[in-house]
Amino acid sequence: MSFEPKILGIACNWCTYTGADLAGTTRLHYPQNLRVVRVMCSSRINPSFIFRAFQLGADGVLVGGCHPGDCHYNTGNLYARRRLAVTKKILEFAGLEPGRFRVEWISASEGNKFAEVVQEFTAQIKELGPQQKLKIEQLQEKA
Amino acid sequence: MSRIGVFVCHCGLNIAKTIRVSELAEFASTLPDVVVARDYRFMCSTPGQEMIANDIKEHRLDRVIVTACSPLMHEHTFRKVIEKAGLNQYLLTIVNIREQVSWVTSDIEEGTAKAKALLNGAVYRARLLSPLSSRVIDVNSDVMVVGGGIAGIQAALELANTGKKVYLVEKNSTIGGHMAQFDKTFPTLDCSACILTPKMDAVLQHPNITLMTYCEVSEVKGFVGNFDIKIRQKARYVNHDRCNACLACTEKCPGKGIAEWDEGLVKRKAIHIPFPQAVPQKPVIDREHCTFFLKGKCRLCEKVCEHKAIDFEQEDTFTEIKVGAVIVATGYNLMDTKPLVQYGYGKYPGVYSALEVERLFNSAGPTAGKVTMRDGKEPQAIAILHCIGSRDKNNYEHCSRVCCMYSLKFAHLFKEKTSADVYQFYIDIRAAGKGYEEFYNRIIEEDVKFIRGKVARVAESSDEPGRLIVEAEDTITGKFVKLPVDMVVLSPAMIPREDSKDIGRLFNLSTDKYGFFMERHPKLAPLATMSEGIFIAGVCQSPKDIPDTVAQANGAAAEALTIVSREKMELEATTAMVNPASCCGCQNCVRVCPYGAPSFNYEKGVSEINEALCKGCGLCASVCPTSAIIARHFTNEQVLAEIEGLMEF
Repeated sequence: MSFEPKILGIACNWCTYTGADLAGTTRLHYPQNLRVVRVMCSSRINPSFIFRAFQLGADGVLVGGCHPGDCHYNTGNLYARRRLAVTKKILEFAGLEPGRFRVEWISASEGNKFAEVVQEFTAQIKELGPQQKLKIEQLQEKA
Repeated sequence: MSRIGVFVCHCGLNIAKTIRVSELAEFASTLPDVVVARDYRFMCSTPGQEMIANDIKEHRLDRVIVTACSPLMHEHTFRKVIEKAGLNQYLLTIVNIREQVSWVTSDIEEGTAKAKALLNGAVYRARLLSPLSSRVIDVNSDVMVVGGGIAGIQAALELANTGKKVYLVEKNSTIGGHMAQFDKTFPTLDCSACILTPKMDAVLQHPNITLMTYCEVSEVKGFVGNFDIKIRQKARYVNHDRCNACLACTEKCPGKGIAEWDEGLVKRKAIHIPFPQAVPQKPVIDREHCTFFLKGKCRLCEKVCEHKAIDFEQEDTFTEIKVGAVIVATGYNLMDTKPLVQYGYGKYPGVYSALEVERLFNSAGPTAGKVTMRDGKEPQAIAILHCIGSRDKNNYEHCSRVCCMYSLKFAHLFKEKTSADVYQFYIDIRAAGKGYEEFYNRIIEEDVKFIRGKVARVAESSDEPGRLIVEAEDTITGKFVKLPVDMVVLSPAMIPREDSKDIGRLFNLSTDKYGFFMERHPKLAPLATMSEGIFIAGVCQSPKDIPDTVAQANGAAAEALTIVSREKMELEATTAMVNPASCCGCQNCVRVCPYGAPSFNYEKGVSEINEALCKGCGLCASVCPTSAIIARHFTNEQVLAEIEGLMEF
């Protein structure tokens, strides 16, 4: 059986989650490996959400928010942008392959972009294969 | 231990086609704390709702999970259902298996597997949910309408007639909008001014309307029911309280500016009213073309003004208002067709844009209603070109909806006012509207020639200087057409205002790729937006004709009324709170919050959150180093549990 990755999505309510709904309303098909958690704003995302997902065996994590400047809460995604950039560095420092974590700005009207990003990201994760670096069993074995 | 009920909706075949719904319900019943799991064809219907309510009572459920469409669709519906059955509304969880699963796959294996993972995540999260109590707030009963075109005018009048106080804010020095530029309106050919100017006057006279022309909204704060709005009154350099509208100043003024109202076909004075029927009938000085502002001397207007109304010292002023709801009706622009060089607009004087032609027909326009071209001649042959920049993947994909009809109207008016031959170059004639097809048939009878084909190029005639050649393929005969004409009329794409994205940001409205404002739901909530209490009407949402714009304006007024006619309303309880025991006093939350909701209590040495100001984004919770801030309904524990559940399958 081919490798079917588990991908966690975290999407803000106003832009990316609505964009994902629009992809559905317009019946744009994309791979079903992504499971989306809805938060009100990308700024709500605590890096621990992402670390935890990788520990639990996520093969990739995709974060979506409003385009910078278009945040429903004015400046939330600007904070998120900085925090997630640091998060990415930490993940890579901890040994994670760079391609496994991605942040995308997808607006409520960009259903097609959402579908394209998921398509592309899923293909990329499949290419990378199962994520082993941060998975808890792996860490425990090493310890 | 909680007692969870899971309700899986088939949504007819919308979900059931690509997810095995009964298998999903069976799977649910194996999950921890789930005491009942059912599937049903339409969970949102009355029997579906009753099923949930009965199960809450019968099985003493304390959590409900509805596995159905997007929470943006029916979260509200199901919250009401469980609340009615005695359960706190925040104990509901929606699993979106329609928009984000069944509609985006054709593979039932994949679909079912993903739905199971999502449901598992929801069960994990649901176990940690807490009941929350909604905040009840006072509602301000006034409304602000932004944009004084026909949409804004209509909405303002409707609201004012119900007794509500309305602020109508318009950035130009007069209300009226594009409709005030038109001569006749299709398909009835009634004169635009005759139906619009009485409404403009009604706005001015209405005791409940505060008309704020030459104003722009500069800041929007607050939330539904309680918006705090700052409005910038641009300096007019004329004191309108003193001015008695004699307009002696406009006669003497030597300054010349471009007459925007006449689409730049002529010049106007620096001190001016845009058109004779403008409301208010009081002039403003266009600083960029005023001789005094440019050269430091003149002040002729000041000399002739008997009422000492001219005030060169005037500056922009700011007014703050409070309203309960807002209607945004900021209208549209026509696309600038100059970049489409193949049509020669701006290069050949014989090429006109649609709004310029409207002004030529208008008796109050630059030619007093005569069709004379820039060279002073009457055209002998006229080509009207449809779909310029619209229905065009290289420019704007959308159909502008009104161009077919106004092009037919132009043909009629050209026939009425000139002896010219009139040609329509069209792709399709779209005449879907009451009386529109009949109007089309009437124009065919009027000896207007229709050529089905998109024009490739407008060029100068080499044989007859000054004439133009319109080149196109007639797709009915399959022949290439080269038609000599004197005048070319372009029907450009209707596009959002150049500042629509800024306006969107100001009011927190999403825009589509071109800048049209997005409605909350394309069918069921076309006037509401994702920002509660803010509604949209007219072409700022998408191109539409006058009847549809007026209907939307009435609808938006009614929507606004549903808010401002209440004295109190409930707000989402999903705000943030500080646990003082673990607050370290770093004040990160105070620094990052865009709404100023957290403040620092120096006495206690901890942060506190003003719930009335909190919008529930959760930013503060994420910057809190000690996790002392709890984002209600999206706590760390709840989100982490959901992630755990999602990753298990």
